Amino acid sequence: MSATRREFLKIAGIAAAAGAAATPAFASFIPGNILWPRGESKRDEAYTAKRWAMVIDLAKLDQKVVETVREACHAAHNVPDFLKVAGMGAGEAKRSEIKWIWPAKYESAFPNDMNEHMSANVTQRPVLVMCNHCDNPSCVRVCPTKATFQRADGLVLMDYHRCIGCRFCMAACPYGSRSFNWYDPRDAKDPKTLVGGRAVDPGFPTRTKGVVEKCNFCAERLARGEAPACVAACKNNEMVFGDLSDPESPARRLLRERYSVRRKPEMGTGPQVYYVI
Amino acid sequence: MYDKGKVITGLAIFFLVFTFPFWSNIGKTAPMPERSLDTPVLQEMAREAGLDLEQALKEGAINCVEDKDYIVSQHMHLLNLWRDSVVRSGNRMYAGAFGKRHEMSLSKSCMNCHSNKKDFCDRCHNYMNVNPYCWDCHLTPEQMGTASDAEVKQ
Ligand code: HEC
Ligand code: HEC
Ligand code: HEC
Repeated sequence: MSATRREFLKIAGIAAAAGAAATPAFASFIPGNILWPRGESKRDEAYTAKRWAMVIDLAKLDQKVVETVREACHAAHNVPDFLKVAGMGAGEAKRSEIKWIWPAKYESAFPNDMNEHMSANVTQRPVLVMCNHCDNPSCVRVCPTKATFQRADGLVLMDYHRCIGCRFCMAACPYGSRSFNWYDPRDAKDPKTLVGGRAVDPGFPTRTKGVVEKCNFCAERLARGEAPACVAACKNNEMVFGDLSDPESPARRLLRERYSVRRKPEMGTGPQVYYVI
Repeated sequence: MYDKGKVITGLAIFFLVFTFPFWSNIGKTAPMPERSLDTPVLQEMAREAGLDLEQALKEGAINCVEDKDYIVSQHMHLLNLWRDSVVRSGNRMYAGAFGKRHEMSLSKSCMNCHSNKKDFCDRCHNYMNVNPYCWDCHLTPEQMGTASDAEVKQ
């Protein structure tokens, strides 16, 4: 078969025209538009690190600090307060309680660093406990949906969209850092209020019945260049956060200067909340 | 064939009854409800462009985060992309199609411009019989105190 130059050009021209005409129609059939994504990015002012960690100064903690810190955290993350629900039995309220950061007795926070002759100065102070954002998180290993995962900067986070409420992570966590939502955290009567009377903070979603939740090291605040709510609420550096890979970070400096312990390191989870005594 | 008349009558009746849903609805499609773009934030954007809202929309002076065809048909995918990007990759900002950066947030971004959820998202979703469960956790403009629906405003 032989084609004249004229015929060849005619066919090529028609093909090009058809292709150009079909492009918009064709593009709309590409699922989710394959040419995506065009540019998601961090905020310029975001705090980033190779390894986030928290250092808590036990010597500075007292009841007042503990209450301020807990309130700041729970208000910022829309955590309901079941202990304040009228008509709920004490046992039921305790079981339903949602905790991101809370006070524990020394002997339950550090069961293996305890002896009966220890200074009351140490054992009688409240210890602030929270998710340890472990290096080797057991919760992440057991999660069947990867709803809980470890970010490259070490934070152990929850993707609530994926949580199916199986509670394996709660069984796996040696620190009791996770709470299950047995009830809807929102007040059924007033959509602007949480159970227990706290007003909803418009800056963070609530959770819903049937998901597990825990401290997120204020990933949403780090993303806009703010210190975690607990650290920001401390007036006297009771809590310090920083990048462990940076020797000059406030966390590393404090760890260099003082003797520190961690909760249940023998579990092999590599907890990254340090307590200086 | 025996009982020809009865069989044919029976078949005819069956056919009529069977196709009832089709012919009874001919010409009766419910019209798509109007979605309102009249919100304080969009009004302000139009004012900044020196136009009134209607003109600004017509001239493309104010836009959604993506072009209209894409956002109408793909906004659920875009939201999923935003969700995964924020929660799993820690990115928070999105460079949209019209040269603007938007925070990737359902309540703080989409619902900032579209603060009239009832007159906008809900109208279309009710018509389409879609009921997103996002609002079990994510806050509606009403909960955030920023709602601008016609009936809420009054
Ligand atoms: C900067 C303000 C702004 C933001 C942010 C925004 N929109 Fe829009 N949106 C608009 C404007 C303006 C239009 C009208 C566009 C037009 O008509 O060309 C629109 C149109 C739409 C439409 C089409 C409406 C219709 O009935 O035709 C949908 C759906 C929509 N937006 C959903 C969203 C979603 C979902 C988000 C969040 C991912 C979002 N928008 C974020 C301003 C915004
Ligand atoms: C023009 C009509 C229209 C408008 C306006 C609209 N949507 Fe939608 N939306 C749809 C349709 C249709 C679907 C269902 C698509 C499907 O099921 O595949 C949907 C689905 C969704 C979904 C996914 C639901 C699910 O169960 O997976 C979300 C989330 C959503 N819309 C959010 C919004 C938000 C937020 C707004 C307002 C800012 C909005 N939509 C405005 C038509 C609309
Ligand atoms: C179980 C509660 C829950 C449900 C249900 C839920 N989300 Fe979320 N979503 C969250 C939490 C918590 C975050 C994390 C917020 C942060 O880090 O700032 C989030 C983050 C997001 C983000 C990014 C940040 C932001 O502020 O919006 C998007 C987008 C998002 N979700 C979309 C959706 C959509 C769409 C649906 C419904 C199809 C949905 N989510 C349902 C809890 C939920």
